[in-house]
Amino acid sequence: MNREQIRQAVLEVLREIAPEADPASIDPHVSLRDQLDIDSMDFLNFLIALDKQLHVDIPERDYGQLTNLDACVNYLMDRRAGQPNQ
Amino acid sequence: MAEFVMPQLGADMSAGTLTCWRKQVGDAVHRGDIIAEVETEKGNIDVEVFSDGTIEKFLISPGERVPVGALMALIREDGPPTRAAQSSAAPAGGTLPESATAPSERPKIVPGRRAERHAVERLAISPSARRLARELGVDPAIVHGTGHGGAITRKDIEQAATSKSTTNVPADRSARIRQTIAAAMSRSKREIPHYYLSTTIDMHRALEWLSEQNAKRPVAERILYGALVLKAVAFALREVPELNAVWQDGNVVLKKQIHVGVAVSLRQGGLVAPALHDTDELTLDELMQRMRDLVNRTRAGSLRSSEMSDPTITVTSLGEQGVESVYAVIYPPQVAMVGVGKIVERAWCVDCKVVPRRVVTVTLSADHRVSDGHRGGVFLAAVDRLLQEPEKL
Repeated sequence: MNREQIRQAVLEVLREIAPEADPASIDPHVSLRDQLDIDSMDFLNFLIALDKQLHVDIPERDYGQLTNLDACVNYLMDRRAGQPNQ
Repeated sequence: MAEFVMPQLGADMSAGTLTCWRKQVGDAVHRGDIIAEVETEKGNIDVEVFSDGTIEKFLISPGERVPVGALMALIREDGPPTRAAQSSAAPAGGTLPESATAPSERPKIVPGRRAERHAVERLAISPSARRLARELGVDPAIVHGTGHGGAITRKDIEQAATSKSTTNVPADRSARIRQTIAAAMSRSKREIPHYYLSTTIDMHRALEWLSEQNAKRPVAERILYGALVLKAVAFALREVPELNAVWQDGNVVLKKQIHVGVAVSLRQGGLVAPALHDTDELTLDELMQRMRDLVNRTRAGSLRSSEMSDPTITVTSLGEQGVESVYAVIYPPQVAMVGVGKIVERAWCVDCKVVPRRVVTVTLSADHRVSDGHRGGVFLAAVDRLLQEPEKL
């Protein structure tokens, strides 16, 4: 998957978590939690859905890296680059 | 003959609208079966029946709004339906006896039959749009989707609703929810003499233990620290049972089972606090999975009546909003509420040394007719003590 595909996958998951939000209006540099008012349960659901879609199990110690949309995509790109047959 | 009445799905509920019957006259029912779907201010609730028997007669039609306690159906507690009931049974696929008033003009989004419901769920429609469709009485199966890949969006549902000639859903639902909450909270403040206690709990051991546990688990099995707090509250209630009670007709009624209500904020505004049944008897893993399911269903507007009516105490957590202390307003007829603030790092004295520690402020709001500060203090001390041994929760 290329960067844009990963970005779209993340946005698709965010649409499920915050259906009232307009994906086009998400600022990629601003905290997702602040923009979308997502709490720890929403965040856990977000991670579970990303794992399902992209086969990336994100450890707790890395949660702090997933602050905004760009940071999520960068992280997922790096993780997937290190996985076989991705 | 057992009577099935409109249940009280929360202290702030005075009436509900029957959306649809999930059974037919002549069907056998067992305690816990879903018999109806009822629309309330908090969303659509699946209502359970609490007696075994056979449905004798429906007395209310879908679309009708009835007050709490109004008779809705009769259930014969032994044997098949009477000959009279069978002759007035609904036709196949229907749910109304012949003598019922005309069916509601609002089409049912979630019909009683499982196959039809699954068909609706297979449509490309977001949870939010599906929820809106139910609120506005729009059948998504006949809506043209304009979203990605033909998905049905909220805008599609709104446009479909405005093109319909009739709808019996009030325009401003958020305002109605707000009014309902206002009524309940005003009543609470008027009738319940609240007292408030708070304690600050060292969460170091609990959070370290949780980190170790979660490091070994795939993401779908990880535990949030809120689950630890709920379990500690449930165990503490075993030690201070007078906080696990309701105030009814001038008396305190202690509850044998502990069903902790979990305050869930709705994305569209408003708050619902459904019960995690038998919280003290769940393993931590079970509690976490059930809490996750409960929160997700609450936000999707898909709760059961027992989840709305059964909480024996409520826990509300505002830590993620940056709040350090929560002084909650008790949700009647409950007699206590626990507030959890945000975890902060503070200078803390451990073995005569000052060290940084992650701590949280937990508060108790309690009904002074039922308990005094001493017992409230015992409860908070128990919560603190239990959180120092998270492996035992």
